Amino acid sequence: MLNKKRGRESAEIDGSSLADIAFLLLIFFLVVTTIDVDTGIGLVLPPIPDDIEPPPVRERNLMNILVNAQGMVLINEQPAAVASVRERVKEFIDNNGADPNLSESPNDAIVSIKTDRRTPYNVYIDMLDEVMGAYAELRHAASMDRFGVPYSSLEDNSVEQDEIQEMYPKKISIAEPDEG
Amino acid sequence: MSKFKKKQANTSQSVPTSAMPDVVFMLLIFFMVTTVLREVELQVQISYADAENIEKIEQKRLVSYIYIGPERLGGNRVGETKVQIDDALVEDVNAIRNIMYDKLMEQPRLIVSLRVDEDSEFGIITDVQQELRHAGTLRINYSTRREI
Repeated sequence: MLNKKRGRESAEIDGSSLADIAFLLLIFFLVVTTIDVDTGIGLVLPPIPDDIEPPPVRERNLMNILVNAQGMVLINEQPAAVASVRERVKEFIDNNGADPNLSESPNDAIVSIKTDRRTPYNVYIDMLDEVMGAYAELRHAASMDRFGVPYSSLEDNSVEQDEIQEMYPKKISIAEPDEG
Repeated sequence: MSKFKKKQANTSQSVPTSAMPDVVFMLLIFFMVTTVLREVELQVQISYADAENIEKIEQKRLVSYIYIGPERLGGNRVGETKVQIDDALVEDVNAIRNIMYDKLMEQPRLIVSLRVDEDSEFGIITDVQQELRHAGTLRINYSTRREI
């Protein structure tokens, strides 16, 4: 007889264990996941100087901030509170030639940061935070003035953002460490 | 037979579970996407500093980490401040130059994230920064938490 009929099995794959498999994978990824956002203060280091002398910078266009070994902040060799750094930096950058002791224009203004070998790291970060805050506030004000929107809402690499960045370029210089 | 038959609702009492795999898969895909599998084992102890004006690093591929903090010894003891890159402690600070140069060749837009313990002294960071300048990896980021 050529009758090959057998008891016909169900042609569908049993899907009831799918949820179990998915749960297993889910628990695995739940356990190994670390959702940490990478946040921090960005900075660009100056390249190693060649033999070429750096271009001369006028005294008034340079703001020296020193954080010494005791964790004290000195602006142009005068002691200053960390909380006052932001206002001082804003005044300095946004001077536009008004005060003869402060910068000629935001484009010329350079903030030079110097540290000691025994400077506490958290004081340095607090101070850098203040300097970054000064730039952020100036850029925010310029953006509100010009486009009517906060700087943070401008798209990355957009024409508007580039324009604001050109108005207030971040010129932060890390001073060469002392020898020895 | 009892006279008072318990009344039973005609509707089915079971919660429909047919959509459960979909829900689970959705969660699964979310966690798969957000997972970072290769997490280095820290040999130094780091508690981050706080800052307000921080930026997010969007492209994690570009980032290379340098950990600086007191070395973890057994128990709760900590030792000298050490530098760790990837999985190993770097004993000789001058070796950082070559390590970072190799990384820069692989990823020209490298960002170096400095994860420094907040109680460190700045001298060692100055040394590391000098090495980074020699290596040519100039974009750095001081890793901080958001100040609340």
